[in-house]
Amino acid sequence: MNNSKIDLLVVGAGPAGLGAAIEAAKRGAKVLVVDENARPGGQLFKQIHKFFGSKEHMAGTRGFTIGEKLLQEAKEHGVMVMLNTLAWGIFKDNVVVVKKDDQSYSIQARKVVIATGATENGLSFKGCTKPGVITGGAAQTMVNIQRVTPGERILMVGTGNVGLIVSYQLMQAGADVVGIVEAAPTVGGYDVHANKVRKAGVPIYLGHTVVEALGANEVSGAVIAPVDCNFQPKKEEAFQVECDTICLAVGLSPRIDLALNAGCEPIFSPVLGGHMPWHDQRMRSLTDVYVAGDVAGIEEASTALEEGKLAGVAAADDLGLLGSEERDTIYQEIESRLNKLRSGLYGDKRRVAKLELMEKGCENHEQR
Amino acid sequence: MRVEKHPILGDAGQRETVNITVDGRVIQARKGESISAAMLAEKLRICRHTTKSKEARGLFCGIGQCTDCVMQVNGVPNVRTCITEVQEGMTICTQEGVGTWEAKDE
Repeated sequence: MNNSKIDLLVVGAGPAGLGAAIEAAKRGAKVLVVDENARPGGQLFKQIHKFFGSKEHMAGTRGFTIGEKLLQEAKEHGVMVMLNTLAWGIFKDNVVVVKKDDQSYSIQARKVVIATGATENGLSFKGCTKPGVITGGAAQTMVNIQRVTPGERILMVGTGNVGLIVSYQLMQAGADVVGIVEAAPTVGGYDVHANKVRKAGVPIYLGHTVVEALGANEVSGAVIAPVDCNFQPKKEEAFQVECDTICLAVGLSPRIDLALNAGCEPIFSPVLGGHMPWHDQRMRSLTDVYVAGDVAGIEEASTALEEGKLAGVAAADDLGLLGSEERDTIYQEIESRLNKLRSGLYGDKRRVAKLELMEKGCENHEQR
Repeated sequence: MRVEKHPILGDAGQRETVNITVDGRVIQARKGESISAAMLAEKLRICRHTTKSKEARGLFCGIGQCTDCVMQVNGVPNVRTCITEVQEGMTICTQEGVGTWEAKDE
């Protein structure tokens, strides 16, 4: 493995990483994907709901089906995938150091795509570290992959799409969702998801937050309270909710440690989930390093896939593998699909934030 | 609670079982599942106690990122139970603080 030269090394086998790998391999690049998990697909295989968007984004298809299709495509184009392999550093001359089975290997690649995804946010309240307080993603992993419910009576925190979808999926698995708490005055996610849980009789406590997780050693209840205009809980109006599990779906942050280690410049964007590596219109963050998917700003799986494809095409282009005829059309095609995904009430904000992010760093990059 | 029937994923069907020991208690796990899943099915949620304040901790992120669910597995401390598959005869113990390494009997 040492010093083996690869055209493109992709870190992360989620939708963005696989999208990049497939597009580059399609055009003749020798591509290796590494992923720290035992299974490829990132978070796609726990997405048992149908995706949104138009037909070209595989709308109406369930997440795990999209994952299977991507893996099949990657295989067809000769993409190598190394699992249980953690990329822990990117050094000079694109040397990526990975750990597998307690052994480290250095792999040199001509180009690198960082598609490390996101980390779920926590929420601070009394007792928030007790067993029984888990993230929305953990709940989803448990019911849809491991097929065990994390608890029987679950209080969800957060009405973004993750909170709403995971609530519904917990019910599909047979758990009882006793309520959904949301600090904002309105539901954050799509109406179609909110209506599903409302129809099932789940109360949504708008303008409320969790004050305390009750229980001696593990969660046996929760105290929630309405919030004032500064989002501070009005403790005198607090009340108890019976539950054995508190599930936090309070947003995601880009997982940027590897990108920063590589030398990418962090840019802050609240709309896109915090700090993320600067990149240009073709997902290039450094001369030989591209970023794609949630690590480049929190959006969703379909956008991650398109960003991955863009990074893969750009890498192939920079490697001299893209025909001039194709170059005229391919970027426009992907850009148009990305713009469609970034339209509407929620999408517009993300599209604007993405443009701002690219512009912000641009000045610094020109100065260099 | 195990999810045996599911409207989208279908029936779990018969899965091979393996026996694991958690703090001296033998429990039946399903082949291929994580230690965390096997424990949750038995309503066991405490994985470890913190070093200073001896507070209980358990599963949090479920994908190996947060390390809150680490336990001693076959004498090795700090094993992330949410991403470690069960194996027949595995011995799992609640971890106290940073845990200890057990000498192997040869």
